[in-house]
Amino acid sequence: MANGKCAVIGDRDSILLFKAVGIEVYAVTDGEQANKTLHRLARTGYGVVYVTETYYPACEETILEFQGEPYPAIIPIPDVSGTQGIGMRAIKENVEKAVGLDILSNS
Amino acid sequence: MALQYKPTRMELSNLKKRRTVAIRGHKMMKDKRDELVRRFIVLARKNKALRLETEKKLGEAMQNFVLARAMMSGNEIDEALMYPARAIKVDMAKQNILSIPVPKLSMETQDGFVYPYGFATTGADLDGAVQALAEILPLMLELAEVEKATSRLADEIEKTRRRVNALEYVMIPQFDEAIHNIQMKLEENERGNTSRLMKTKEMLAKEA
Repeated sequence: MANGKCAVIGDRDSILLFKAVGIEVYAVTDGEQANKTLHRLARTGYGVVYVTETYYPACEETILEFQGEPYPAIIPIPDVSGTQGIGMRAIKENVEKAVGLDILSNS
Repeated sequence: MALQYKPTRMELSNLKKRRTVAIRGHKMMKDKRDELVRRFIVLARKNKALRLETEKKLGEAMQNFVLARAMMSGNEIDEALMYPARAIKVDMAKQNILSIPVPKLSMETQDGFVYPYGFATTGADLDGAVQALAEILPLMLELAEVEKATSRLADEIEKTRRRVNALEYVMIPQFDEAIHNIQMKLEENERGNTSRLMKTKEMLAKEA
């Protein structure tokens, strides 16, 4: 039962709001920086890291590295410009990997 | 690649034992896979619903925020939000789904929500956005929990399926083939032995 920390990584405009509700925020300006920040957070015991969809693809390396461990959960969230469907695509990929075909798409 | 073995009784009994173990393992792996898939589908459905809901609500909150930002000057927004609010505490525990560790998150409930800024320079839109986001937080945590569990299960299902297939289509047929070959070889030896004995007996009878 560890007390975990939460963080949000994204561009400054999108994450400012999260600061107001008490989540740690890390503003980044490009994908590489996002990846580095994410890696640092993941190694220092953060439980959940939300990454805005704009930077989520750039963080692939770190996401794969921590895929096999229960923590941290790295979760894509939409940013100010709305959702790009990256989160839904991740679910679809998981379903395809596990079942063989996407059985949820038309339900 | 076929198995390397010597045609002896010892080897035969060993192979038979290994085959039994392989068959039992295969059955258990198959059961595990089926149960994993069943649980996975439940989780994936939940994951999808949660994500849709979170994205919708988060999008609304973000839009409110954009409106609020348009109403206020950049400095005022910074001033209002850069001061850290009371940090939320998240409880990180682990739970097992068929001995796969997945996260279990819970947020310590806060008694009453407090805006981390004064009301003098901020507009009502900002209040709305912050309030909405605070309400989404538990949802976001649940999403994180379910999504991580789903992806771990997907990985595990893939691994288990490979194991099931390896046992079913590689290991067990190899054992079957090896056992068959050894049995044939042993029977052949046995026949060779019998005919040799008969021959010897015949020769001895002729001499006497």
